Amino acid sequence: MTADQIRQVILDILERIAPDEDLSDLDDARPFREQMELDSMDFLDIVMELRKMYRIQIPEEDYPHLNTMAGTVEYLTPLLKDVAVSA
Amino acid sequence: MSGLSAGVRLAYYEKKVCILERHTTIGGLNSFYRLRRRNYDVGLHAITNYAEPGTKRGPLSKLLRQLRMTWEDFDLRPQLRSSIVFPGCRLEFTNQFNDFVQQVAEAFPDQIDGFQKLVERIAGHDALNLQRATVSARQVVSEYIGDPRLVDMIFCPLMFYGSATPRDMDFSQFVIMFRSIFHEGFGRPFEGIRLILKKLVRHFRSLGGDLRLRAGVSEIRHREGRATSVLLDDGTEIETDNILSSAGAAETMRMISSQQPPPEAVPGDISFVESISVMDKQPSSLGHDQTIVFYCDSPEFHYERPDVPVDLRSGIICSPNNFDYSEPLEDGRIRITALANPHYWMNLPEEQYVAEKDLWNQRIIASAVQHIPDFREHVVDTDVFTPRTIRRFTGHLNGCVYGAPDKSVNGQTELSNLFLCGTDQGFLGIVGAMLSGITIANRYLLR
Repeated sequence: MTADQIRQVILDILERIAPDEDLSDLDDARPFREQMELDSMDFLDIVMELRKMYRIQIPEEDYPHLNTMAGTVEYLTPLLKDVAVSA
Repeated sequence: MSGLSAGVRLAYYEKKVCILERHTTIGGLNSFYRLRRRNYDVGLHAITNYAEPGTKRGPLSKLLRQLRMTWEDFDLRPQLRSSIVFPGCRLEFTNQFNDFVQQVAEAFPDQIDGFQKLVERIAGHDALNLQRATVSARQVVSEYIGDPRLVDMIFCPLMFYGSATPRDMDFSQFVIMFRSIFHEGFGRPFEGIRLILKKLVRHFRSLGGDLRLRAGVSEIRHREGRATSVLLDDGTEIETDNILSSAGAAETMRMISSQQPPPEAVPGDISFVESISVMDKQPSSLGHDQTIVFYCDSPEFHYERPDVPVDLRSGIICSPNNFDYSEPLEDGRIRITALANPHYWMNLPEEQYVAEKDLWNQRIIASAVQHIPDFREHVVDTDVFTPRTIRRFTGHLNGCVYGAPDKSVNGQTELSNLFLCGTDQGFLGIVGAMLSGITIANRYLLR
């Protein structure tokens, strides 16, 4: 997957977790939590959705990498480079 | 509902889940039935924690997100207005918190400053911090409000709708209830609780979950501190890696097979009798447009197991018709709920039980019509439930509705892979029960 495809995967996950949020103006450099209502339960859902979709395990100490869209894409790029986009 | 919610979470994340229900239908303490060609709800008067569709914060929004369900799935319609009626005093409230503040200011002008400070204290309280020590809510509230009647009027709906402890509550539970009833408020789906239950079941099954009815668990088998299987009433044995029980703490402990008697968790004994009247008229046509009336005819509010069969001094009058629907419900309903003595109702011989139900139904209605228009000549059908009915259909000892007085908030038991969810784990109400199942599933089974 390319960085753009990974970004879309994350957007789809956020859309599922928080369908009442408008994500069209999401700023990739700013923390998700400053731009939407996202508590720790929701945050863990991002991790679990990624595990469910792509079988990747993200250790707890790496969670800070997932605070922003830019950080998440950067962190996931090497992990997902050989993976195809799933439906 | 806690079990179904946990099941949805687990199945969504591809766990193999089987939900076992002893009864012929789903829902437990919040269920539904059909009697003489009419639909009835059990338990639910209203769903607390109301929020407008699209709200991004609060328990209801969190619940829907976690379940991947939509506002349309729950179809909650807001209440019209409710009231708390004590001798010589009445406070109305709606889902707009400011209406309640204004009512308090008008009825208790010398208490409103203290009330506002109490509201600030509630806003700043982290009720979900499970490490917090138990604090008497009555003591905290009395620091801000000097008039004992206002204290009782605030406690009345909060205790009626969720207190497992008599007379007083833990302050954190008080805060949860205060927010869920006064700040957020009441709602109900047009079709009643069955709508939400059926949506939950459909969702659970679509995720691959297995729901079995008439499949009561008689025993939890274990070895070396771990549960290994459950034995069903019909003798079937199902092996398992983990068990989540919403049967109640004491009830679950009794299922653990052991050489020694299991440690006895104490079941609660707060229970109710409910009178349900079906009318040939809408309550509004008799001039009754209140959603829920919490009444107390004695100067002090007594929330405890009564020594008499039913405590007629106080009660809850609910009309499921009086929510903001787009069309009226098929027939008029008045439900009146009052505190009852479970031991009295459990021990009656069958014939006397039927007669006593009828007698106390009439007495409950007679005390309620002091507060709402007399509807008795319009009644076309009646049903009554007692603590005995609750025990029969839910298995909860004492017909207990809000669970054990001591909550096991971390959900753990003496077996390392057996967890509790639901009313004995600690969150209250329908939304609370569902969040309980989700929280315990997340914490122990999805990490």
